[in-house]
Amino acid sequence: MSLMIEAIYFVTAAVFIVGLKQMSSPVTAHRGIVWAGIAMVIASVATFGAPQIHISMDFADSPNFILMVLAIALGSAVAYISAKKVAMTDMPQMIAMYNGMGGGAAAAIAAVELVKLSDGGASHGVVIQTLAVLGAVIGAVSFSGSAIAFAKLQGIMRKTFRLPAHQLVNIGLFIAVCVTGYWVATGSPVSFNEVILFFVLALVLGIMVTTPIGGADMPVVISLFNALTGLAVAFEGFVLDNAAMIIAGTVVGSSGTLLTQLMAKAMNRPISNVLFSSFGSDGGEAAEEEIEGSMKEVQAQDAAIMMAYADKVIIVPGYGMAVAQAQHKLKEMEDLLTARGVDVKYAIHPVAGRMPGHMNVLLAEAGVDYDRILDLDEINPEFPTADVALVIGANDVVNPVARSNPDSPIYGMPILDADKAQNTIVIKRGKGAGFSGIENHLFYADNTRMLYGDGQKAVAELIAGIKEL
Amino acid sequence: MVEGFTALYIFMLSAFTGYEVISRVPVILHTPLMSGSNFVHGIVLVGAMIALGHADGTLELVIGFFAVALAAGNAVGGYVATVRMLEMFQTGNKGKAQGETA
Repeated sequence: MSLMIEAIYFVTAAVFIVGLKQMSSPVTAHRGIVWAGIAMVIASVATFGAPQIHISMDFADSPNFILMVLAIALGSAVAYISAKKVAMTDMPQMIAMYNGMGGGAAAAIAAVELVKLSDGGASHGVVIQTLAVLGAVIGAVSFSGSAIAFAKLQGIMRKTFRLPAHQLVNIGLFIAVCVTGYWVATGSPVSFNEVILFFVLALVLGIMVTTPIGGADMPVVISLFNALTGLAVAFEGFVLDNAAMIIAGTVVGSSGTLLTQLMAKAMNRPISNVLFSSFGSDGGEAAEEEIEGSMKEVQAQDAAIMMAYADKVIIVPGYGMAVAQAQHKLKEMEDLLTARGVDVKYAIHPVAGRMPGHMNVLLAEAGVDYDRILDLDEINPEFPTADVALVIGANDVVNPVARSNPDSPIYGMPILDADKAQNTIVIKRGKGAGFSGIENHLFYADNTRMLYGDGQKAVAELIAGIKEL
Repeated sequence: MVEGFTALYIFMLSAFTGYEVISRVPVILHTPLMSGSNFVHGIVLVGAMIALGHADGTLELVIGFFAVALAAGNAVGGYVATVRMLEMFQTGNKGKAQGETA
């Protein structure tokens, strides 16, 4: 590989690291992604000069170059249009999809190299073959797993599908993948059929690992797949002897792992728990204790009065707000209340929504000031002094069971103390339990009032109510 | 040629770098950062291009084509999604960093 390309890859890797660093601060984040973008374009263009790439316009003679240009155009166009059009609320599943594409690409690179070996290509030794196989497994699992995560979040796949003894099946599959992977990694020459079998098994493993995981755990899973894709890219970087891929992939692998840990920690669920057990599947019903009190409904008019004459209102948004696209209405209500001298704040649980920061992104979209948006640790001491806590589309993150009932699946998860506010108003679509299927004792508390309806409509009614005063 | 222990050193140092670089990220940037790092592994595009570049025969060409198309999708989609998210933090940007994650 020419010195020039090597130098460009070197600079690219450095810019990626600086870019990621900048992305971790709100002031420089935008600059960070733009720099990384420029580096990516330069690296891709430079790659056309690589000795493996023969630029030829003659399709019959050498179709590689024309196919390459077509593939880049196709992949870019589809991704560009989808990323531009998608609503902010649907961003998590889009990240899952683009991430899956990266994993698929890494697996496909391995497939090209392995098929080449099975076709009598010169082997680069067991170490390289092993790395190719490792990258292939990880990439393939990330690809099919991300596709399932996308389908679940997009609502294409609603049910949580689980075989009897699902974990045993998965363990069996994993062993099968390891065995075929070993055959392929040590094969000389590599058997073509074994390569095919190996890839099919790896793809099925990705699907089987992801299907039993509930939607509430998806952010952790997407983050994990993101880290895995990074690792797969790094391994294929070793195979292709490409330092930019090794460094960028490894950096993403480790930073993604850290991010995954942060999320899992916020949910108080070890990553192994997320992957190998499912929410509410075991002992949930048996441990269910009798709930005292009943759900008390409130009219929007009365709720509006409660808030308009309050000194302090804390809004607790959750995924329901995202689904209802209620963030703009919330901002409108905030302005009205602020004009009346009410202190309005937003309380964000680390895992509210489908991703950490999901709520922040949506509220920022609506133009809510940063200073009003507070984290769990910052806001929890303020709940007892709040006149009204308005819970909109959040459930598990305000469930006091997490504090009180050791048998509950969410026991120990830090929650927002909405129940400690003087009054709590809960905007909720229906009477059903939340994502985890756990009954929420907050809804039955004496000072809780339920305002049923779609988030956006309910807030619009509240706004109308406040305006009338 | 990156080989042997040099490769291991690169791997180890990159891993620590990744860990350090994002260790102080505020919660509000978690989703954009995940999206941003998702974009960064779009560098798989250069590998996919090389794989397709030296592909022989129909099967390798087809797989290589998918590799490049998927990688380009990863890079472009990751970029656009990240920029869209970060643009929302632009207006009224006072640069207030929220507290760190627990």
